[in-house]
Amino acid sequence: MQIRGFWNHRCAIARKTAATTEPFAVRFLLIGIAMVFIGLFLLAPLAAVLVQAFGDGVGVYWRSLRDSDTLAAIRLTLLTAAIAVPLNLVFGIAASWAIAKFEFLGKSLLITLIDLPFAVSPVISGMIYVLLFGLHGYLGPWLSAHNIEIIFAVPGIVLATVFVTFPFVARELIPLMQAQGTEEEEAALSLGAGGWQTFLRVTLPNIKWGVLYGVILCNARAMGEFGAVSVISGHIRGLTNTMPLHVEILYNEYNFVGAFAVASLLTVVALITLVLKSFAEWKFKQELRVS
Amino acid sequence: MCTKARVLFAFATAGLVLGSQASAEEKLILLNVSYDPTRELYQEFNAAFAQHWKVKTGKTVMIRQSHGGAGKQARAVIDGLKADVVTLALAYDINEISRRTGLIAKDWQRRLPNNSCPYTSTQVFLVRKGNPKAIRDWNDLIKPGVSVITPNPKTSGGARWIYLAAWGYALKHNQGDEAKAREFVAHLYKNVPVLDSGARGSTTTFVQRGIGDVLITWENEAFLAMEKLGRGRVEMVVPSLSILCEPPVTVVDKVVDKHGTREVATAYLQYLYTKEGQELAAKYHYRPSVKAVADKYTGKFPKIDLLMIDEVFGGWDHAQKTHFADGGTFDQIYRPGQ
Repeated sequence: MQIRGFWNHRCAIARKTAATTEPFAVRFLLIGIAMVFIGLFLLAPLAAVLVQAFGDGVGVYWRSLRDSDTLAAIRLTLLTAAIAVPLNLVFGIAASWAIAKFEFLGKSLLITLIDLPFAVSPVISGMIYVLLFGLHGYLGPWLSAHNIEIIFAVPGIVLATVFVTFPFVARELIPLMQAQGTEEEEAALSLGAGGWQTFLRVTLPNIKWGVLYGVILCNARAMGEFGAVSVISGHIRGLTNTMPLHVEILYNEYNFVGAFAVASLLTVVALITLVLKSFAEWKFKQELRVS
Repeated sequence: MCTKARVLFAFATAGLVLGSQASAEEKLILLNVSYDPTRELYQEFNAAFAQHWKVKTGKTVMIRQSHGGAGKQARAVIDGLKADVVTLALAYDINEISRRTGLIAKDWQRRLPNNSCPYTSTQVFLVRKGNPKAIRDWNDLIKPGVSVITPNPKTSGGARWIYLAAWGYALKHNQGDEAKAREFVAHLYKNVPVLDSGARGSTTTFVQRGIGDVLITWENEAFLAMEKLGRGRVEMVVPSLSILCEPPVTVVDKVVDKHGTREVATAYLQYLYTKEGQELAAKYHYRPSVKAVADKYTGKFPKIDLLMIDEVFGGWDHAQKTHFADGGTFDQIYRPGQ
């Protein structure tokens, strides 16, 4: 986005058709400030992570990633995302379908509730599960009596992650589906298509890039969540530490290479996320242009 | 492992993550919930015990660790973290688990020697190399312009020992005047720019992030910081008076009975009192409690006049109520930003 905006701007200058014609010094200053800011607050920390991770050489880097606790943290993070993202995908599509295509009582309440996880601090998101499922929580005694472990175990971590990543897909799809309206579906139905067929052949292809966009952001947050998961994890090494939690633990054990090696993996996830996100945006714009 | 439901549930969820767990049914697993600076000690001790247990019984035992500020860790056990053993920074936190949940028998502290404390420690100062602010004793910490790093007594056990040591020092130098002691401690905490939630957080703040002129911390943590992270950059200052810190250990009765791990959990804690366990404690700079080993290391640990919590503060329950409970002296004196 940034680069494309910059490029468009340059093209506009070249063609001397720019709507705004700021003096060169002002343009230079504004662009300069933006670049310095990005360099200082985004690129420098990113570089610092990699420098620290490879500080003692590539061999040490690989060895610290192959540590059994680190592998367990990676597996747990992948598992959590593999459960949370599909759940929120299904929920997100269902909710935005309902909201965009139908009128019903309590619709605005539903929209507000979907935003709830964005509004509360992640620490509170974790705490509510302790209140619900903790030994002294509302459901704790019953769970304990039936030997079901939720908090300080994998299910709790998954639940907290599902909660904080709840809005991503729905938030992406609701405005999109609202803008698209219901004409195409109505046409399909009047031509004799069934409900399911209409959804698969008409609705889904229309929103596929929006879905991808939501899924990418949802996944990034699911893998990166710290606050909510920290409250509910119990920090058991090799069992309930996700990657972000494991980074903190390694750092506190003076294992800086290990901590930054895991952090570098999260950085790679972030970079892949950005590339995929840009791709989805690009595809989406192309499709809009065609239609 | 234990009951059928638990195993099934583990298969359905955690089993996916830990393929190894499913294959080894015979494998015993213990969870040791501990306080912040014991990470290195238990890492080596766990390996030593696992080997000992294998030789003795032929069974494989795996010990999982969880670390954090002692108060926070106790809170997690109260909320349902299934610890087989707790090895915390002070007796009060274990009393609290016992009182609130009944998971631990009331007389837990009489079950192992030396009040269930296999090792002891104290609180000392760590300063920048060359001691540029010339810090020698507690009264140097209240001088204007001295920045002091210590964790939060609400969440950290070590921080509570530190608070009491400062209070005890002030009592001693003011003929037991409580009001003067309170004023002294209030002054000290005015010089604290950041309260971390546990001892290890404070060490990183001081050594790694370079904040503060003096860190008050566990003697073992100070030794470790000088040896590892801050080698050549920090030095230890031993005050004229400190407090005898007794970090106790116990089996969590209801959890081990449920998991069927009482035998191995008890042996695990008893192993701390053996020669091997005591040598490891000394290696990681804890003061051994078994005399034969302690005598060997008298030269290693500085001689400090040590206050006893029971004598000066009437035991942990009383100290907790007076100083650290909501509305206690800490809440009264600690006013950040004033």
